[in-house]
Amino acid sequence: MAGKTLYDKLWDAHLVNQQDDGSCLIYIDRHLLHEVTSPQAFEGLRIAGRKPWRIDTNLATPDHNVPTTLDERAMGVNGIEDTVSKIQVITLDDNCDEFGITEFKMQDERQGIVHVVGPEQGATLPGMTVVCGDSHTATHGAMGALAHGIGTSEVEHVLATQCLIQKKSQNMLVRVDGDLGEGITSKDVVLAIIGVVGTAGGTGYAIEFGGKVFEDMSMEGRMTVCNMAIEAGARVGMVAVDQTTIDYVEGRPFSPKGASWDLAVAAWQDLHSDADAEFDHVVVLDGASIAPQVTWGTSPEMVLPVFDMVPDPAQEKDNSKASSMVRALEYMGLTAGQAITDIQLDRVFIGSCTNSRIEDLRAAAAVVDGHQVAKTLKQALVVPGSGLVKAQAEAEGLHTIFINAGLEWREPGCSMCLAMNADKLGSSEHCASTSNRNFEGRQGFGGRTHLVSPAMAAAAAIAGHFVDVRTFN
Amino acid sequence: MQAFTQLTGITVPLDRANVDTDMIIPKQFLKSIKRSGFGPNLFDQLRYLDEGQPDQDSSKRPINPDFVLNFPRYKGAKILLSRGNFGCGSSREHAPWALLDFGISCVIAPSFADIFYNNCFKNGILPITLLDEQVDQLFADTQAKEGFELTIDLDAGVICGSSAGDIAFSIDSFRRHCLLHGLDDIGLTLEHTASIKSYEQKRQKQAPWLFN
Ligand code: SF4
Repeated sequence: MAGKTLYDKLWDAHLVNQQDDGSCLIYIDRHLLHEVTSPQAFEGLRIAGRKPWRIDTNLATPDHNVPTTLDERAMGVNGIEDTVSKIQVITLDDNCDEFGITEFKMQDERQGIVHVVGPEQGATLPGMTVVCGDSHTATHGAMGALAHGIGTSEVEHVLATQCLIQKKSQNMLVRVDGDLGEGITSKDVVLAIIGVVGTAGGTGYAIEFGGKVFEDMSMEGRMTVCNMAIEAGARVGMVAVDQTTIDYVEGRPFSPKGASWDLAVAAWQDLHSDADAEFDHVVVLDGASIAPQVTWGTSPEMVLPVFDMVPDPAQEKDNSKASSMVRALEYMGLTAGQAITDIQLDRVFIGSCTNSRIEDLRAAAAVVDGHQVAKTLKQALVVPGSGLVKAQAEAEGLHTIFINAGLEWREPGCSMCLAMNADKLGSSEHCASTSNRNFEGRQGFGGRTHLVSPAMAAAAAIAGHFVDVRTFN
Repeated sequence: MQAFTQLTGITVPLDRANVDTDMIIPKQFLKSIKRSGFGPNLFDQLRYLDEGQPDQDSSKRPINPDFVLNFPRYKGAKILLSRGNFGCGSSREHAPWALLDFGISCVIAPSFADIFYNNCFKNGILPITLLDEQVDQLFADTQAKEGFELTIDLDAGVICGSSAGDIAFSIDSFRRHCLLHGLDDIGLTLEHTASIKSYEQKRQKQAPWLFN
């Protein structure tokens, strides 16, 4: 019999039971909540007279709706100008208070984007099942956990039963061999993967990211990659546990301590795919061939190296793809054959659950240090992923570098990633963004998003258009 | 949850691949703490010419006459026909809520994104996966005849009304059962309380650090 994949092991360890038709009850170890997808779930519990099954597995924080300027934040929830947003944040506070769920409220230094907060707190650990009413929950798979996004009905289901009804996915291995070139980051790696796999290529699969590139990668880099597994269609992305994982987890507030820690570390040693494990699908990339990536269209798979040209739909043989390309070019206001480095930018956004951790901020700061943001830019925002990331960045003086270069230094939250708060793109504005989705209108009505790494966003902020960060300066 | 047995209705063709949930219901409408009222904002960016806001009376807004949902011939549609990877992107359950609130309780496409597909069943929406050729045929049918209707019979697993004859489809048996009877998942799972408790006891011994 073939060995087990990491996904098989995580699945088997959480299987409560299996029905005849293959649908399974899977036990959930950690449930993260935020204000957007939970109100209707709590309401459902109340209506049915149900109680949460296990309070201690739940952890909540508001992120999508919170304003990110200091003045607004100083006023707490009352600083949220938009009344509908305000109600949503207050509703989360009330629900957590009523049910006794731990919540890092808006004024708490530990507040932040839920996918930054979980790992930072040690609340998401190797070997856990982690769910959240948010598709970017795949981020936590970087810890060697089985993590995926769920809908609001499932949020209610997890609250009430600690389980989910699931069907097992197939196994996919995305292996990136060799070494990355100078200046290439985890974001370029995942964008290049999506360019190859496509936005639907991972549908029905749990993806494990393996190979030397991921072995060498930091935990934060692995989180960036797993974060975007969903952009390749897979609910689950994960990386095997190694010493890097264990070093990262050690000493965090929610991590096990003492004898419990030793026991946990021993158990985590098995959290990798067996050498003879079989995958249903394998994709292999060569790390050395990956260049800095920029998306030109309205889907993350519409991505190219920065030195390339905007593609020509006339060259595309697949009709449905060609018509998507025509539509994307029209929406993005680009013409086929135009150099990507000629795309002029209006705004730059460095933040989101993909790229708002300390390493991301360090990378961006290193690029802008001693430069000035291009005069043609309307705005360049840096939004740390959590209050603790912000404090760390300030302790290192990164905020001064950003401010001196003309970027705005903000309070933690989702910010311009999806424009549910006051930070948005104007219609037809181009934005170099470190977030994960370039869908039409994602960052604001009519807004045009280009996904890039933090270093590429920083270089673009200085130049006013895209530049190859490897030759910048 | 409303049971889904049979459905007959006008079929509206949305000829786009990768329809994402941001498109189905833009983020400004996710601020609601209710499950209903999303219908007027289904496909908001495509349906209207202005930028929609929550708490706005959408009946007074300028509509986009070029968007298929606004064509008079598809008024009152109950079935949505689209292309591959339908429902990709965000996990927002507001997307099926918006479809349902608008009156659409069946979506037909060559493929669906996982989370969206799953969310449909929790809300009494039937997502049907067909082959590309079959979807092409249905697109041709909607174009050919004004007022074109399909009948979906979940129990029998067939779609009737296409000019090319009946089309069979399959849905996994558990989901089909729940949909046919309008069953609430939570109630079903709580019938397994004993198994869940025994799993917890076993797990607590193996991995005590997961239990505080
Ligand atoms: S940062 Fe963006 S993608 Fe991440 S949780 Fe917030 S809104 Fe979602």
